[in-house]
Amino acid sequence: MSLWVDQYRPRTLDDLHYHPELSARLRSLAASGDFPHMLFYGPSGAGKKTRIACTLRELFGPGVEKLKIDQRVFMTPSKRKLDVNIVQSNFHIEITPSDVGIYDRVVIQEILKEIAQTQQVDLSAKQRFKVVIINEADSLSRDAQAALRRTMEKYMSNMRVILCANSTSKLIAPIKSRCLLIRVAAPSPEEMGVALARVAKKEKFDLPDEAATQIVSDAAGNLRKAILILEALKMQSPDLTSNISVAKPDWETYCIKVADLILQEQSAQRVMLVRGKLYELLSHCIPPTTILKTIASHLVDRVDESLKADIMHWAAFYEVRMCTGSKKIFHLEAWVVKVMSLYKHFFYGIDMPDDFEI
Amino acid sequence: MFLKPQPAKAAAAPKHTIDPQTQPWVEKYRPKTIDDISAQEHTVEVLRKTLVSANLPHMLFYGPPGTGKTSTILALSRQLFGPEHFRTRVLELNASDERGISIVREKIKTFARQTPRATSGSEYPCPPYKIIILDEADSMTQDAQAALRRIMETYARITRFCLVCNYVTRIIEPLASRCSKFRFQPLDIASTRFRLEHIASSENVPISPEAIAALIATSEGDLRRSITYLQSAARLSASATSPAPITPREIQEIAGVVPDVVVSSFAATLGVDMDHGMDMDLDDGPASKGSKGFDHVRGKVQEVMKDGYSAAQLLSQLHDLIMLHPTLTSRQKSRCALILAEVDKSLSDGGDEELQLLELGLRIHKALK
Repeated sequence: MSLWVDQYRPRTLDDLHYHPELSARLRSLAASGDFPHMLFYGPSGAGKKTRIACTLRELFGPGVEKLKIDQRVFMTPSKRKLDVNIVQSNFHIEITPSDVGIYDRVVIQEILKEIAQTQQVDLSAKQRFKVVIINEADSLSRDAQAALRRTMEKYMSNMRVILCANSTSKLIAPIKSRCLLIRVAAPSPEEMGVALARVAKKEKFDLPDEAATQIVSDAAGNLRKAILILEALKMQSPDLTSNISVAKPDWETYCIKVADLILQEQSAQRVMLVRGKLYELLSHCIPPTTILKTIASHLVDRVDESLKADIMHWAAFYEVRMCTGSKKIFHLEAWVVKVMSLYKHFFYGIDMPDDFEI
Repeated sequence: MFLKPQPAKAAAAPKHTIDPQTQPWVEKYRPKTIDDISAQEHTVEVLRKTLVSANLPHMLFYGPPGTGKTSTILALSRQLFGPEHFRTRVLELNASDERGISIVREKIKTFARQTPRATSGSEYPCPPYKIIILDEADSMTQDAQAALRRIMETYARITRFCLVCNYVTRIIEPLASRCSKFRFQPLDIASTRFRLEHIASSENVPISPEAIAALIATSEGDLRRSITYLQSAARLSASATSPAPITPREIQEIAGVVPDVVVSSFAATLGVDMDHGMDMDLDDGPASKGSKGFDHVRGKVQEVMKDGYSAAQLLSQLHDLIMLHPTLTSRQKSRCALILAEVDKSLSDGGDEELQLLELGLRIHKALK
């Protein structure tokens, strides 16, 4: 039995619940036979992949759902071997090049050239081209993006690229100008409510309004999360009565605990304690940016108005440091210490030099 | 494994020219001769002379994307060698090819040292040298560039190099000094408009002058970008159930531009006084100012992020809005400029979009208070 998220994922463009004008646009593009390269972008859980899958189905028919997973080995110029998992059907191929870190360029070059240089031999095929889906395109390295540029133009006759990204900020302009940009916004609360009700109806149970509202507010625009929560809740209390509490994931409660620790006491010992907790979180593979953001957002809910801006400012500051640096824990700790000192100074009414005026 | 791609490539190439239906218009309307190049009079003037004298220096083309650098060199070499010799005389390498130092040593060197066969009876000048085009040369490593230095000199008699790049500063000095440099300027509005109208009319796309103006505005002198957008818009309007002329709004959506409404409401949240003056402000009243400031800004940022707009795009549009704002003082503007610059740097360093946008919002909010 699969998760509800997968089980009730819309399969065709007609099944999509929201953004009807976008679906109409995709459908007409798929029908026109003149299909461009595309770049889907939007927050996570908004339905980018679902839309891509639906578009593919519209293009090639149900054959695209027959997937097989391959493991391919690539060789870097320095003779290092890379194992990459590739999901493919007869009509498309899906890769996540960012899995291999800085060697993503090699994967992109090899795969694209291979696809681009083979032709569709079946004359009765619906489309003359194959589709390459590149996931997490925003974490592609500059080199890999540069490698895409000319290939996308040159092999247009037998290949189309669909990029899937959270944001277009990190994509270089030449890539953006070669793609049709498709923005998939997060669903509004009402649309999420409708989607949840659909799932509930298909599972044959009633979803009380309060429960739905709470789930929607908790998921914050992430439909995947909403459906996952719904399923979890249904497991916990089958009748879904009004008195439910949406369980937070463990790491989040842990982050809240850290935020509490920071506010309770500001001392060297406390920093050590927090450090242990941060290490714990990091060792469970929670992305450091997520840790920082979660703790920060819990902190600002609890401190005085005049401190909020400062805390966020330093969070942003150390987050960038974290990206450019190599050791994450240093920057997380630096931020914690900074927040503690800000808080303490505020508490004892000592004036801090205004750090904003640099 | 290694042999398989070769015949396929050979087969793909002719098909490419046969099937204009699926061809991107950027390729379809790529200038065939250097006289077709728009808006680069000076460069074209110089190159035309080389066509007559059939002599060519090493060249370095630089300029912003979409100004015709690759088109110029391709058109030039086509005019020099004609279609049948083009394949043997021109080697085109770009960032999608492996271009490390080993390739420079092997592939480029082998090609460079071949003496071209003498040709006769061709209607093209077909001068006795070959051309190596290194497209997107600024993404070559320093080492690879250094390895080119001597090759360029040794085989200068039979091989000419043409380096094409966006940032001339990323080409190492010894290479740059071996080439004659040509700067490509962003296209002016008139020639972009002329080109777009030409394409639109030969493709039978109904497009209003306003939509063309929107195309030009969103593409910022990048002709390729505006042509791609035009094609996308044409596809959409042609495939829609009721064909409608292209509107400026559609162009903006295709280009990923954040709608003006969103930008101005974001700006209003940050405390930028929007044009309508005081009475507007009173409506949002206490929400946009004073003690509710932080949560208000945060809510707005989350809303924008949820809609999936790109932070970098929002940043540049916000920059336009603030810099051209009629009532802000220069001091406020320069403070904002500082903040915008810092946030942009952080974003390109890979900072988290939501945090950075929040940072931007809070700091501008503070600077304008």
